Amino acid sequence: MTTPLLKLTAINKSFGPIDVLHDISLEVNAGEVLCLLGDNGAGKSTLIKILSGVHKPTSGTMEMDGKAVEFASPRDASDHGIATVHQFGGTFALMSIGRSFFVGAEPTRRWGPLTIYDRKRANEIAVTEMRQLGITRIDDGDRLVGGLSGGERQALAIARAVHFGASVLILDEPTAALGVKEAAHVLRIVLQARRKGIAVIFITHNVVHALTVGDHFAVLIRGSKAADFRKGEKSREAITDLMAGGEQMAELEAEIESFSATQ
Amino acid sequence: MTSQAHHQPAMAATAPPHSSMPSIGSLVRRPEVGSLIGMIAVLVFFSIFGGSNFLSAGGSASWLNVASELGIIALPVGLLMIAGHLDLSIGSMIPASSMTIAILSGHYGLPIIVGILAALGLGLAVGFINGVLVIRTKVPSFVVTLATLFALAGLTLGLSVILSGSTSVALKSGPTAKLLFGDYLGGKFQVTLFWWIAIILIVGFILNFSRFGNWILAMGGDAVSARNAGIPTDRVTIALFMSSGLCAAFVGMSQAILYNSAQVAAGQSFIFNSIIAVVIGGVLLTGGYGSVVGIVLGTLTFSIVNQGIFYTGFDANWASLIIGVLLLAAVLMNNTFRTMALTYAPRTRQRVR
Repeated sequence: MTTPLLKLTAINKSFGPIDVLHDISLEVNAGEVLCLLGDNGAGKSTLIKILSGVHKPTSGTMEMDGKAVEFASPRDASDHGIATVHQFGGTFALMSIGRSFFVGAEPTRRWGPLTIYDRKRANEIAVTEMRQLGITRIDDGDRLVGGLSGGERQALAIARAVHFGASVLILDEPTAALGVKEAAHVLRIVLQARRKGIAVIFITHNVVHALTVGDHFAVLIRGSKAADFRKGEKSREAITDLMAGGEQMAELEAEIESFSATQ
Repeated sequence: MTSQAHHQPAMAATAPPHSSMPSIGSLVRRPEVGSLIGMIAVLVFFSIFGGSNFLSAGGSASWLNVASELGIIALPVGLLMIAGHLDLSIGSMIPASSMTIAILSGHYGLPIIVGILAALGLGLAVGFINGVLVIRTKVPSFVVTLATLFALAGLTLGLSVILSGSTSVALKSGPTAKLLFGDYLGGKFQVTLFWWIAIILIVGFILNFSRFGNWILAMGGDAVSARNAGIPTDRVTIALFMSSGLCAAFVGMSQAILYNSAQVAAGQSFIFNSIIAVVIGGVLLTGGYGSVVGIVLGTLTFSIVNQGIFYTGFDANWASLIIGVLLLAAVLMNNTFRTMALTYAPRTRQRVR
C-alpha cells in the first residue's frame, strides 16, 4: 500500500460552541476519485474549506505525501498543489478566457524596456488546455468567460488547475447546476483528470453522478463520517438511504404515500 | 489603445484556422462601443445646432480643456471603479491641493516647487489613508471616501482661515511653472491637455498590457477569488486610491497655477462628473469591466454636452437635462453591448463533427 496523497486524521472543527465536523479521517490516493456525499448542512463545505486553506481545523492533522501540513491561507494550500473549483467555476464572468485562466500568474514578455502581459500566449494556452478537455467549441481566448455554458466554465476551471500542476483537485458540486448532457461532459473531464494521476475529491449529493466516476466514497451526516466504502460495495439505494439518514427517508416515503392515498 | 490593434488569432495546435481581421462581431463585443456611439451622437448634434463656432479651434478648445481636467481625474477613478471601488474624496482633494500650493508658495512665498510637491504629496497621503481605511474597516469605499470628502473639506477650510486668514489665496508662479501646468497653447488650449494624453497612455498601458491591469479586472470581478489566486489585493487597492488622490491633487495644483489663485470651495462638481464620464464610458459601476478608451470617450461626451450647449441657441440650463438623459441612455446601451459580449459564438462556423 502506497502512502496516500492526502490524509486527514481525526479532524474536528467547531465555530464557537457549534461543532461542525466531528472526528473526520479520510485518505485520498493519486489517480483516484473520492466522492464526498452528504445532504445539505452535513459539513461538506466546511471540510472543503479546511482542505483549501480557508479554515483551520480545531484539532486533527493533515498530511500530504506522508508529511504533516498546515495551510495558512488558500494561497498556501494551492502552493501545496490543492486546487478548488467551485460550483460556478471561474467567477470572473466579465474577463476574457485567457485573462481569467492566468489570474495571478499572468505570462509576460519583453516589449522594449517594458515587461508586458503576453495576451497571445495566455489565450493560446487557455484555448489549447480547454480543447484537451474536449471543449472544442472554444477557439478565441479573447471572449468573455460569462459567454460560456456552466459545463464549459467548469472545464475552464479544471483546465486551469491541471495546467498549474494541481495534485489534488477539489470539485465542489460541479454538476449541481448543469443539465444532463453538460453534467456528463464534466464527469468525463473528471475521469480525464484522474487518468493524469490527479487525486480528485468530488463533492456532490447526486448519487448517480458519484457512482459514475467514484472509486471511493465517504458519506457525511451531521458532521460525522457515517460510511466509508469502495466502489461496488454498496448499492445506489443503500447510499441514498444513508445520505438522507436512512430511517427518516423511509418515514418520509411512507408519509408521501399516505398523503397521495387521501387525494 | 484598443488591444484589437494587436489582435492575433490563437493558433493552438488543434484550433481551426481563421482570419486575423477583427470582425464586426468582435468589434461590438468591446466595452467602449456604446460610448463611441454616444460620443458621435452628441458631436453630430452639437455640430448641427452649435454652428461652425463649435468646431472651430476656439470652440474645440473650450470642450477639450474641460475634458482634460475631468479626464485626468476620470481615468484613475475609472480604474478604481473597475476594481470595484469609488472615490468621492477627490471633490475635496482638488481645493485642498489648490490651497496647499497657494498658501505655501503664495501666502508664505516659498519656492513654487515646494508647493507643487506638497500638494501632490497631500494627494498621495489622502489616497493612502482612503485605501488603508477601506481595507482595514471593510466599510464600502463609498462611505469611507464620503467621510474623507467631508473631513478634508473641513480641514481645508479650517486650516486656510487659520494660516492665511482667508478662504481665497492668490498665487504668483514663475514662467516655468506656468508653462508646465497653467498656460494656454495658441492662447486657447490648456497644457493640461498634454498631461491628460500622457495619463491616458500610462493608464492604458497599465490596464491592457501589465499584470497589474489583470489584477484590477479580477478584483472587480470577484475580490475573494482574486485574493485566493494570489493577487495582493490590499496593495492594489491602496495603490489605486493613491493614484486617484494624486491625479485630483494634480488638477487642483494646476488650476491654482492657471487661475493665479485658489478657493476653498471648488471641485465638488468633479465628484459626480467623473463618475458620469466613467459610467458613460462603459465601466460597470459594480466593477470588473471597463476600458480606457471608453473612459476617454465618456469624458469627451460629457465635456461636449457641457460646453456645446453654449454654442447653441438653447438656454444653458438644459445641459444638465441632456446629461441626465444621456447617462441613462448610455448605461442602457452599454448593458446591451455587454450582453452581446457575453454571447459566445466561435470565430469560425463549426464544421461537421
